[in-house]
Amino acid sequence: MTPIVEVENLTKRFEDFTAVDGISFQIRQGEIFGVLGPNGAGKTTTIQMLLGLVTPTSGSIRMFGLDLETHREQILSQVNFSSTYISMPFALTVEENLRFVARLYGMADIKRRIDDVVKILEMEEFRNKVTRKLSSGQLTRLTLAKAILTEPKILFLDEPTASLDPDIADKIRGVLKEVRRSTGLSILYTSHNMKEMEEMSDRIIFLQRGKIVAQGTAQEIIERFGQQDLEEVFLKLAREK
Amino acid sequence: MKLHRINALIARHLYLYRRSLPRLMEIFYWPFLDLVVWGFITVYLMKFQGQIPGVVTFFLGALILWDVLFRAQQGITISFLEEIWARNLMNLFASPLKPSEFLAATMAISILKVSAVSIVMIVAALLFYDYNIFKMGLSLIPFALNLVVAGWTIGVMTTSLIMRFGQEAEVLAWGMVFLFQPISCVFYPMDVLPVWLRPVAWANPAAHVFEGMRAVVQGAPLPLLHLEWAAGLNVFYLAAMIAWFHHTFNVCKDRGSLVRIGE
Repeated sequence: MTPIVEVENLTKRFEDFTAVDGISFQIRQGEIFGVLGPNGAGKTTTIQMLLGLVTPTSGSIRMFGLDLETHREQILSQVNFSSTYISMPFALTVEENLRFVARLYGMADIKRRIDDVVKILEMEEFRNKVTRKLSSGQLTRLTLAKAILTEPKILFLDEPTASLDPDIADKIRGVLKEVRRSTGLSILYTSHNMKEMEEMSDRIIFLQRGKIVAQGTAQEIIERFGQQDLEEVFLKLAREK
Repeated sequence: MKLHRINALIARHLYLYRRSLPRLMEIFYWPFLDLVVWGFITVYLMKFQGQIPGVVTFFLGALILWDVLFRAQQGITISFLEEIWARNLMNLFASPLKPSEFLAATMAISILKVSAVSIVMIVAALLFYDYNIFKMGLSLIPFALNLVVAGWTIGVMTTSLIMRFGQEAEVLAWGMVFLFQPISCVFYPMDVLPVWLRPVAWANPAAHVFEGMRAVVQGAPLPLLHLEWAAGLNVFYLAAMIAWFHHTFNVCKDRGSLVRIGE
């Protein structure tokens, strides 16, 4: 089966700084693919290149068998993302924001779809609230809602549970697993919560200074580095000069 | 180009006006205030009617038409700024939305703004100064359309500069259009300008519109030469600015600055 995402020798240089340095990986259908690494390792730049927001210096990105550079519109209509670092228009209500996103992606039966997502992410109580008045946890749920609203085939999640309390974060992980199970959704996932990465990811790549320095399942990586858990691996790799 | 994406963006901007007083002021209060101030100046100048023929149309008509250009520019630039302020650019450009669809949506928003502002000003001019801009007749339509396109051109140019230079260039959204005002000959004829500046004004489509407007007010037939110049220059400049916008968009993607605008 053709992988959903195929990245080959992807490199991004900003003048004399190399943010991403010749990385290659594939994401299969229905897979949760973890990307680990310290701050500045190239995780966010990689996601931005996958979303077509940053042009790679070299290398190729293919999704659904199509080249991102030449089939941007076709690919991005099947992709969505959520990040702690983005927001939604503050002056709009939650419902207005979701309606806007649904229309942008040309969805049919918008009301039913919004009802479903609001229910899944337990957003009923703030559905008609202006986005400006949401708590950070509620805002994170809104950005996740907009990400799953469009029924993407692959989701890029950049630290999606960073601002959530443990209860909501656990529920979100449950929702993502359930959406994956029921739709075959693939997910690229970054987080600084190592327990979460172990729990969520089928496979992981570890980025450091733009390069992949380790890859495999969480267990394979832990065994390879002779550590107790992923957190210890993270500390060992992140502190290596 | 997909209409549903353009409509989505238009609806997203219309939502903003539902509960935002400052945004409503932009449409109703400021144009109204402009008209009142300039209206009273015009009333004063009417005492010299004999020396300046058609003084009311010269000033009030020119003011209303200048606002058409100004709001057309603002419709594009402020729509882009709204996305920066909302940190929404990443959501937009990581979606299937094309830069050309984004521009088409902002142009549609600018038409809505121009329409709303024009209605306010035309009604206020009628009520306060008994001035009916439609006395200019059908020639008003090509004049106004050309000014809308000239406003779009300045709007797309300003948006490209903001995209390229980030938040520090935001002030251009309000200031850029006034750079063109002296050579647009809004309130005075082109021959008032120094000789060396006239070719510059001649290369400005808005100047042809205002020259044309004055000719019509003075009873001359619709000056086709001015209209042709205005339309030709508008098509050329707008096409050039749209191409430059796409180029800037690609440069920003290459430098990684598209996702950092507003930070």
